[in-house]
Amino acid sequence: MTTGLLIGLVVFVLASFVGFEVINKVPPTLHTPLMSGANAISGIAVVGALLIAGPKEWNITVILGLVAVVLATVNVVGGFLVTDRMLQMFKKKGA
Amino acid sequence: TTGIELTYLVAAALFIVGLKQLGSPATARRGNIIAAVGMFFAIIATLINQSVINYEMILVGVIIGSIIGAIAAQKVAMTEMPQMVGIFNGLGGAASALVAVGEFWRLLDAGDKVPFDATFVAILGVFIGGVTLTGSLLAFAKLQGLVSGSPVTFPLQQPFNILLFLSFIAGSVYLFINPANPELFLGLVGLSLVFGVLFVLPIGGGDMPVVISLLNSFSGLAASAAGFILMNNMLIVAGALVGASGIILTEIMCKAMNRSLLSVLFGAFGSAGG
Repeated sequence: MTTGLLIGLVVFVLASFVGFEVINKVPPTLHTPLMSGANAISGIAVVGALLIAGPKEWNITVILGLVAVVLATVNVVGGFLVTDRMLQMFKKKGA
Repeated sequence: TTGIELTYLVAAALFIVGLKQLGSPATARRGNIIAAVGMFFAIIATLINQSVINYEMILVGVIIGSIIGAIAAQKVAMTEMPQMVGIFNGLGGAASALVAVGEFWRLLDAGDKVPFDATFVAILGVFIGGVTLTGSLLAFAKLQGLVSGSPVTFPLQQPFNILLFLSFIAGSVYLFINPANPELFLGLVGLSLVFGVLFVLPIGGGDMPVVISLLNSFSGLAASAAGFILMNNMLIVAGALVGASGIILTEIMCKAMNRSLLSVLFGAFGSAGG
């Protein structure tokens, strides 16, 4: 195993434990907003998309990267906005 | 690059704080904003990477994606939230899969023998990302009433699934040995898309939010896999966070419905196959 892969694996396992621990008791009304917020974070794929779309030339990788940029941006922008809309509703109901 | 890595660290910390705060009613809205700020940092840090110079096209892509995302988030009715999350999630999974395909293609084009590690994580990324895409789209279609929301089973479904999965494994093993095989790689991409459909097909409408939550966890893992291909810690960390917290949330949602995850996923087989 290369050093890079090994470091990646360490980072992955430790981050997974954080992910397990960070979610405790969540009231049912927050299930969908939490899912939606986490989903927006998974739009982090945009970072990978930007990296492979980065070179200034036209080839299959760059084209796939640009398509991925669009899709991941929809995920990020739509995800955070829709989560905020849901949470706004709760506040109005509660008030 | 130290600056980039440190900014990634800040972004990762913001994601963790954001997720934490999203779990409690008093802080949920702030948590979402904190996570969004984290995402902003992650994107800015990536854009100053010296290998990223294709700014015009990237800007066009970001603008198109932002407009579509903003309009979709604005237009969706409150009752249709779960399927909206599902479709966003599917797009995220698709993006991760595309990154995996694109990077594998670049390595093939470079002419050198693609290393075993890279082939392995590329297949993993394509598999998880592909399942997330088509699984989420089918979950959306079921919740939206575009297709029947009831569980769909057909004769010999499980043997069929297993056979298909074994052929995927066999194809993957062959690709490890001989990576310079784009046709086979594309075949594995296609099979991954089929798996997503087969995975969600036997699950019924009422259980669909649980499945979307599980697919959300998958899309995190897909992002992590993309991170392993590109050796990018930001992707690995954020993906692992979503992957792990998504599993926990899925379990919590199952418990709230007095169901077990296994009965949600395979319930239809139990009742049909008896």
